[in-house]
Amino acid sequence: MPDPYTLRVNGTDCEVADSDIAESLLFVLRERLGLTGTKNACTEGECSSCAVLVDGVLTCSCLVLAAAAAGQEITTVEGLGDGRDGLSVVQEAFVDEGAVQCGFCTPGLIVAVHDLLEADPDPSDSDVREALSGNLCRCTGYGRILAAVHSAAATKRSQP
Amino acid sequence: MSDVVVARGLDEALGALAAHPDATVLAGGTDLMVEINRGLRRPSHVVGVAQVPELRQWSVADDRVVVGGGVTYTEMMTTALAEAAPALAQAARTVGSPPIRNAGTLGGNLGTASPAGDTLPVLAALNAQIVVAGPDGERRMGLDEFVVGVKRTSLEPGELIVRAEMDRPRGRQEFLKIGPRNAMVISMAGLALVVDRDARAVRCALGAVAAGIPRAREAEAWVAERVDWDNGAGVDDALADEFGSRVADASSPIDDHRSSAAYRRHAVGVLATRALKRAFAEGDSGDA
Repeated sequence: MPDPYTLRVNGTDCEVADSDIAESLLFVLRERLGLTGTKNACTEGECSSCAVLVDGVLTCSCLVLAAAAAGQEITTVEGLGDGRDGLSVVQEAFVDEGAVQCGFCTPGLIVAVHDLLEADPDPSDSDVREALSGNLCRCTGYGRILAAVHSAAATKRSQP
Repeated sequence: MSDVVVARGLDEALGALAAHPDATVLAGGTDLMVEINRGLRRPSHVVGVAQVPELRQWSVADDRVVVGGGVTYTEMMTTALAEAAPALAQAARTVGSPPIRNAGTLGGNLGTASPAGDTLPVLAALNAQIVVAGPDGERRMGLDEFVVGVKRTSLEPGELIVRAEMDRPRGRQEFLKIGPRNAMVISMAGLALVVDRDARAVRCALGAVAAGIPRAREAEAWVAERVDWDNGAGVDDALADEFGSRVADASSPIDDHRSSAAYRRHAVGVLATRALKRAFAEGDSGDA
């Protein structure tokens, strides 16, 4: 069993005790910390439904050993909101553009789009497709998702 | 020691491995965590090496490129490594998706030692020396000594992959791979081709078409005698096709769930033809 450890999630220190060595960060976020915004689908890095930021780096939380993430800054989809109704510009754009269908892939997409726009405020279509190439959506044709990314980028650029 | 050690330095990592030689080394997690999540592996001890500064280092010199085991695919693509080892950057670019490339490392690709590991043909074509450290200090070896079978390496208990040291020849480099789409794809056939204009040599290594990472040495020597090294005349179709056929002869593929042996053999020959034409484009005498 790993020694008890502390995960810093969305700015809050969370103690994890009595854990199993095989627990992924995804498992601990959802099952121990109740942060169910991060979705559990493939558990092999294929779908990015579980994407989070670890020390600011876009990461599949299913591929992170939770105990090994102690001391790193973890940001989940719950930690991104800041605007209307607690939503971020990216989240608002997804709502406004109808980029959400069943919604299961949405949190991972939101995190990935935050990461993209942090690095590139005005991405081209191919930049967006490349950045989101690991995020699988099985409902849509990605068209509205692309529209939401460009809309969010434009909104962010217009803000002071 | 706790069951999980997150090493903050090479000495700490080696110390933890010495204390528990059966410990599982965790780098970017993109292979190991899949097995853990599926219940296929249950380590007794884990030594995390993703935050070991010595492993995160890389350096570029006029004739040499050194890449630490903890360098990620993203770093291979976005730093000065991309210019110094272009085939390595091309291979990194084909791995998974951005979050996978942020996590996965050169050392992890080596440690997993899958025939489909995308950086491995590049390392073979760049004459890489793999440097490992253990209780008795460092030792170094070529890729053919390091990868000894499908997902099998010559790492001894307590040893850790520290870095790969590779050539930086003057000439073009290509990495090509075949898969069902352009992202999130495990290679069905892959190929690295490196031109060394000063040595007048072509080096070509193959991925996912054999148990190891074969060099197509006969094809390399054959083509080096036939290309126009001085005037940038390019290569004609017949030469490139014959080269592809000779490279395919160096493969020994199998049928599996990803592809058939026949397709792999065909595909790797096509990749070789294509890579040679790109590497010796008309008008390119290597001075640019």
